[in-house]
Amino acid sequence: MFVNSNFKKKKTKLSENGTSQQQSMNMKEKGLYGSSMIRIETKNLYVKYGTTIGVNNVSVPIYNGNVTALVGPSGCGKTTFLRALNRMHDLSRDAVVTGKVLLDDLNIYDPKVNPVSIRRKIGMVFQKPTPFPTMSIFDNVVAGLKLVGIKDKKFLNEVCEKALIQAALFDEVKDRLNNPGGSLSGGQQQRLSIARALAIEPEVLLMDEPTSSLDPKSTLKIEDLMVELKKNYSIVIVTHNLAQAGRISDYSIFMYLGDMIEFGKTKDMFQNPKDKRTEEYLTGKFG
Amino acid sequence: MIKPKKTLKQRNIKDRFMVSLLVLSTVVVLVPLLIIIAYVIINGVSALNWEFFTEELGSPSRAMQGRPTGLIHTMIGTAVVDFLALIISIPVGLGAGIMLSEYPDHKLNPYLRIINDTLNGMPAILKGLLAFALIVKPMGTFSGLSGGFALAFVMIPIIARSTESALMSIPWTIREAGLAIGLPRWRVVMSTIVPAAKTGLVTGFLIAFARAAGEAAPLMFTSFGNNYFPRHWTGMIFGPVDTLPQRLYSLAISPYKEWHAMGWAAGIVLLFFVIAIFFTARLLTRKKVY
Repeated sequence: MFVNSNFKKKKTKLSENGTSQQQSMNMKEKGLYGSSMIRIETKNLYVKYGTTIGVNNVSVPIYNGNVTALVGPSGCGKTTFLRALNRMHDLSRDAVVTGKVLLDDLNIYDPKVNPVSIRRKIGMVFQKPTPFPTMSIFDNVVAGLKLVGIKDKKFLNEVCEKALIQAALFDEVKDRLNNPGGSLSGGQQQRLSIARALAIEPEVLLMDEPTSSLDPKSTLKIEDLMVELKKNYSIVIVTHNLAQAGRISDYSIFMYLGDMIEFGKTKDMFQNPKDKRTEEYLTGKFG
Repeated sequence: MIKPKKTLKQRNIKDRFMVSLLVLSTVVVLVPLLIIIAYVIINGVSALNWEFFTEELGSPSRAMQGRPTGLIHTMIGTAVVDFLALIISIPVGLGAGIMLSEYPDHKLNPYLRIINDTLNGMPAILKGLLAFALIVKPMGTFSGLSGGFALAFVMIPIIARSTESALMSIPWTIREAGLAIGLPRWRVVMSTIVPAAKTGLVTGFLIAFARAAGEAAPLMFTSFGNNYFPRHWTGMIFGPVDTLPQRLYSLAISPYKEWHAMGWAAGIVLLFFVIAIFFTARLLTRKKVY
């Protein structure tokens, strides 16, 4: 309880800071595309597996047009938190989510809200590539459109090409779009999964260590993509790679043992961490 | 290097002993099977001739007087009844299997599992009785259709279980990927999981089919048996019809020597029919995606 109340205070302070700094940065520093608008906000979010607590009372804003990185040691609840943002825990009988996740003021855990419609707005890319095994590359990319009844071939072609270009895969596969998705290499499959997530044009993109199975070159392409994508999307990314978080994210959330320890602008947090645990993690003393 | 307690030689002897035990169990499994196959062939091959595959059985006098007699009506009847069983059981078994595997959170799921396992363990003859009560009684006649239902009761729990395991072999991440692009759950199952598990599913159908094709008990008071072709082909569905396992039984308990030989021959046909199905299932399993 003590820890929690501490966080609340810290959180409100930080988000105020974050907002004002964000605005000034927009105008002066890097010319970031983001705005101060909050896209997603969690309020007292808990995720419990039986008696184990995966995410412990996290309240944090996700800003529009920015990349927010979730960092922390293994098992700290980053992925659990991320999956709570598009109701991915619904499938699991053990996981219980309480608290609110507000997407533009709509609580996505409201009983009246259909998770399917939420997931079209909040897309997700997983740690491991997940091409649909029986589908061609083309069908994989447009699966999210074709399987909900969109049949306009010309439109699907355009979407497919655009998504593949965005995911930096088009040049490699443009001559074999009818080959099975499983025929691609691991890194290509991951970019295919990203293209598939982009094809439905979500507003928020959740990425769970999207580059952990990629070689450095593909990783770089995906990082470039994220910087490019944040013009139109809000991105939340889980990463173990602190250098990556430093390179691409505007905001960072540091989690430890299910608690959110610190939230703030990546630059500030990485240079002047406010909490001792954040500092120790960032300097490699644990994790 | 830390030395094990026993010498290499000792351990080698133990290793060989264990392997020989495994070989022994393999032999124990294989020998009865080979004996059965050999015995059936030796006893039945004399009755296998051209007429066996072209003529209907008729009365016992035919066989005793050496007139042409055979089991073609039985083979066709088997095909009809088994086919009916297949088209009844596949949709039901598939649906139950999908429920078991894809909706673990559904409140009916645990009950379905118990009922399915009970049905699977239930004696086949009771399934025949069930079909008798449900279909033969109201229709007022034995029929191929009721036989189809009786065999379907044998197949449904097997298909449900094999469907469940075929679907479960598809990584969970594929389902999450489908949901993550905003597809409804049933759509994810139908368009990604079921196609990926296709070979596993078909293998399951075939195994259930082979199992049901050999059942005589459920057919005793459903399809009943018939020494002749029905006058019209619809009689195969709506009237009593012959099937191989049940005909094998009737021939075997008959007092006629000639019919005993035909019973063995029916055994050969049934045996190779079932082996052919299992063999096809084996071939399909090799081509699995997962």
